[in-house]
Amino acid sequence: MPKLTINNQEVDVALGTSIIQAAEQIGIEIPRFCYHDRLTVPANCRMCLVEVEGGPPKPVASCAMACGEGMVVKTDSPMVKKARKGVMEMLLINHPLDCPICDQGGECDLQDQAVAYGFDRSRYSENKRAVKDKPLGPLIKTTMTRCINCTRCVRFGEEVAGVTELGQLNRGEDAEIGTFIAKAISTEMSGNMIDICPVGALTSKPYAFKARSWELKKTESIDVHDALGCNIRVDSRGNEVLRILPRLNEDINEEWIDDRTRFAYDGLKKKRLDRPYIKDEVSKKLRAVEWPEALSYLADKMKTFKANNMAALAGDLCDAESMFALKGLMKSLGADNLECRVDGAQFDVTNKSGYRFNSGIAGVDEADAILLVGTNPRREAAVLNARIRRAFYERNIAIALIGEKMDATFEYEHIGTSPQDIEKLSNARTGFAKTLKEAKNPMIIVGADVFAREDGLALHGLLYTAAEKLGVVKDGWNGFNVLHHAASRMAALEMGFTLTNPFDLGEMGFVYLLGVDNHQTLDNIHPHAFVVYQGHHGDAGAHRADVILPGAAYTEKSGLYMNTEGRVQRGRQAIDPPGQAREDWTIIRALSEECGNALPYNNLAQLRSALTAQYTAFGMVDEIAPAAWGAFGDIKGTVTAKVFENPIDNFYLTNVITKASATMMKCSAEFVMPDETLKAAE
Amino acid sequence: MLSDKDRIYTNLYGFEPFNLEYAKKRGDWDGTAALIKKGREWIIEEMKKSGLRGRGGAGFPTGLKWSFMPKELKDKPHYLVINADESEPGTCKDREIMRHDPHKLIEGALLAGFAMQAHHAFIYIRGEFVHEGSEVVQAIEEARAAGLLGKNAAGSGWDFDVTLHRGAGAYICGEETALLESLEGKKGQPRNKPPFPAMAGLYSAPTTINNVETIASVPTILRRGGSWFASFGKDEKNTGTKLFCISGHVNSPCVVEEEMGIRMKDLIEKHAGGVRGGWDNLKAVIPGGSSCPLLPAEICDTVLMDFDSLREVQSGLGTAGLIVMDKSTDIIYAIARLSYFYKHESCGQCTPCREGTGWLWRVMTRMVKGDAELEEIDMLLDVTKEIEGHTICAHGDASAWPIQGLMRHFRPEVEARILAYRKAKKAA
Repeated sequence: MPKLTINNQEVDVALGTSIIQAAEQIGIEIPRFCYHDRLTVPANCRMCLVEVEGGPPKPVASCAMACGEGMVVKTDSPMVKKARKGVMEMLLINHPLDCPICDQGGECDLQDQAVAYGFDRSRYSENKRAVKDKPLGPLIKTTMTRCINCTRCVRFGEEVAGVTELGQLNRGEDAEIGTFIAKAISTEMSGNMIDICPVGALTSKPYAFKARSWELKKTESIDVHDALGCNIRVDSRGNEVLRILPRLNEDINEEWIDDRTRFAYDGLKKKRLDRPYIKDEVSKKLRAVEWPEALSYLADKMKTFKANNMAALAGDLCDAESMFALKGLMKSLGADNLECRVDGAQFDVTNKSGYRFNSGIAGVDEADAILLVGTNPRREAAVLNARIRRAFYERNIAIALIGEKMDATFEYEHIGTSPQDIEKLSNARTGFAKTLKEAKNPMIIVGADVFAREDGLALHGLLYTAAEKLGVVKDGWNGFNVLHHAASRMAALEMGFTLTNPFDLGEMGFVYLLGVDNHQTLDNIHPHAFVVYQGHHGDAGAHRADVILPGAAYTEKSGLYMNTEGRVQRGRQAIDPPGQAREDWTIIRALSEECGNALPYNNLAQLRSALTAQYTAFGMVDEIAPAAWGAFGDIKGTVTAKVFENPIDNFYLTNVITKASATMMKCSAEFVMPDETLKAAE
Repeated sequence: MLSDKDRIYTNLYGFEPFNLEYAKKRGDWDGTAALIKKGREWIIEEMKKSGLRGRGGAGFPTGLKWSFMPKELKDKPHYLVINADESEPGTCKDREIMRHDPHKLIEGALLAGFAMQAHHAFIYIRGEFVHEGSEVVQAIEEARAAGLLGKNAAGSGWDFDVTLHRGAGAYICGEETALLESLEGKKGQPRNKPPFPAMAGLYSAPTTINNVETIASVPTILRRGGSWFASFGKDEKNTGTKLFCISGHVNSPCVVEEEMGIRMKDLIEKHAGGVRGGWDNLKAVIPGGSSCPLLPAEICDTVLMDFDSLREVQSGLGTAGLIVMDKSTDIIYAIARLSYFYKHESCGQCTPCREGTGWLWRVMTRMVKGDAELEEIDMLLDVTKEIEGHTICAHGDASAWPIQGLMRHFRPEVEARILAYRKAKKAA
């Protein structure tokens, strides 16, 4: 525990702390460009120079210098000021004066620090250097003349994203950042390079020239594109989402988000359901109607069905409140045919520890051996994948996979493809079984989609047995993890939005779809069934519907979400839903009144207290309710030899929002199907 | 003047073949095992006693450097890396050693390697030294065949081998940590220190990096004793013999071994045949390779050639590569040309060096013509101060010093050039 003095303030720090970190601890800010908390330290920008007494008579880079006992550091001496002014001048001599047209303007580190350390005029009378822009794909816009060669993006690619395509080419003043072969950066995490770029060299292509940062309304919310519940900030102006940025949450996404979360927002403006529709019973064509007509028509229809002939399904993007309201509505009608597992998954829902990410996402940082079962985390939870990548990169942990081979950003041992291989592993004494058993914090990550099979329950039981035999659950550590990729799933399971008695969807005369667009489900609905679709995008579900009720997307409503760990988080409304679309729970509340059995809440607060009263977990925002470990699944059941398949082929097109997004379409064309021959429209 | 019997490099001019047979006749590989048997403490002690300072330019005491290596071998091996990336303009001493006396280097590597408990040495040779590289390889193979390298090298009981690695000709790879990066297969960019290579060097293992001349001097120093070596030189801090490279406007440019602390004038007159057109025709000398500030003739008259004497006149011994310039030299152009070199060879990592070296070169280029303002001289000096000491390695310093030297001693000439240009422009 070295003790040092910075600007006459004493500070105790942990061994290995750098001076820049120590200064931060006592609130002394040291300017920096290349240094970033989560990346290695190159010490190349030289902006963070400080004076250390007793050392050589020149300033040292505070990011790279570890604190020593009794060090006396000065961050504001004349020597330091002179050095920083010099570095700032050097940074600016070849930096273009294009701040007025630069998207980084207003949130640019160089701009901010130039105010503190810059001169008010330039002594550099030579020509400025120009650097050719690099084609980095549909997401990142480059203006390489602005680049200050801090190499943050290069290090991010190598250390976090696991791509080595980016690097610093050439040397001296000809040095430039680029891809060694001209190609786009194929990582799901590329957007983070825009955030960490301290200048305007890498900016967002979809956001280019759209707004200035100070004009935007900033709303803190939660992402729904996967089940991690990444913390985001929605930046909007008027009634338009202009960009989405990550928010810091060490337990979930640190400060990263994936490209789907960041760039799919343009899908919120396209293909939207902005008014109710009723399908004409004769012409079979949709007819736009007003709300009162839609609701009374629907209520009348509902009265014609018997309770056991009605079902309600909740899709992947729903908030907890709307599902709770829908459940209340169905219960009030006496119907209990509910299901949220619209992908057809079958697993035991009686024990929470059997279907959630027990170790917590941050648990990956402690894991020393990971077995992946039927999952490709890179596609199902790219941010989690970055943690696994780091565990591999920094600690070189052992990782094995039972399932379909994948293009991972870490090295793994491929030890099987079917449930039998799990059985074999749990009975083995050598190989990876030994690694897991000997590990201090062993971990199994099961993709939730593996249960979408006939023998799902037996497979669930088999996984319980394997977890027991391989010893992944021990005192103070539960390494059995199920990775969901639907944001609504955990909340729905928590409130029992699942079938109580098995029902055959194909037999149902009335089906209420709350944002369900999965073909697995839609294909099973009886052709003559009466279908209600409540949701925000005109996609497959709306296509099948007899009544369409326009709802709100995640940026347009406040709602609770429970992520795959079982952590409840609060999303906040950033903008209003378009046209006549309404927040989802209010639609169900209005419908219940029309049905003659009004739900007992009139505003969101009342709804939430009803929800919390019944399911206490929703009252613990940002916390994870404990769950005891115990047997689950059909332990004695037999599993078939059907091999596991990865559920997501196309990372960029996974839900209705992404499918409506032009940016995501471009990404899909660039990264997923680059070889597809383009055909002219005829 | 150093007498022949006191020379370490007896085949500096290649009058004899470089091979093992002749090397042995010259006294190499004589009793190597016996020296090793005396133990590593003895070797390091002898080196400290000799007062040998690193011959690569920085002049750090060699024995002290070796003693920084961990005393015990832990989980990682120790490495000796020999810096043969001799790229400093005006310097050509290591090249002579490698092509005419490579066995001195290899024997030195074994002794030094043993002293720091390294079983392997890497020689990182400059890419342009094609011929020298192949001769070192031949010498290594000869030594291996004769049992002087490999298991139980030279019968010493110490396993030792040497690998030659060719660089690709980047000046910055002569900086010790950039050299390690390059040797590891990465882009040659200097590393931050600390950690110093003695703690985490090649492949993060404890490593010592020494210059070719330093290592090649070791066998003779150990055989004849540290005190023998220390008996030469100006004082106890500037001891021994040293290879001097004299180039430029002299009648017979040469590499010569002389005593540390010899008078510069003697060195040039006795060994290099004097300045072209006589001593009075001397304008300036860059005493230690291109990065050392130049010295005007009046200082050259009296200055001694050793680390501390040259530091007193605000220059340095560096690699002891003297670049002699007579009065026909356009001194501004000469320094501008060096600025171009440093701009061209900057690795591009640190901001001040990446951006600043180009700035210096551009202003210097204008000053050659005189197309500048008088105030720009002070601005230029200020810019050199912004670069100097603010970078990871010394490349930034090296780009600043020549210009500082020029302005210190020849500022009136630069000013005159600017005024003449202005006058000519007005007339036109």
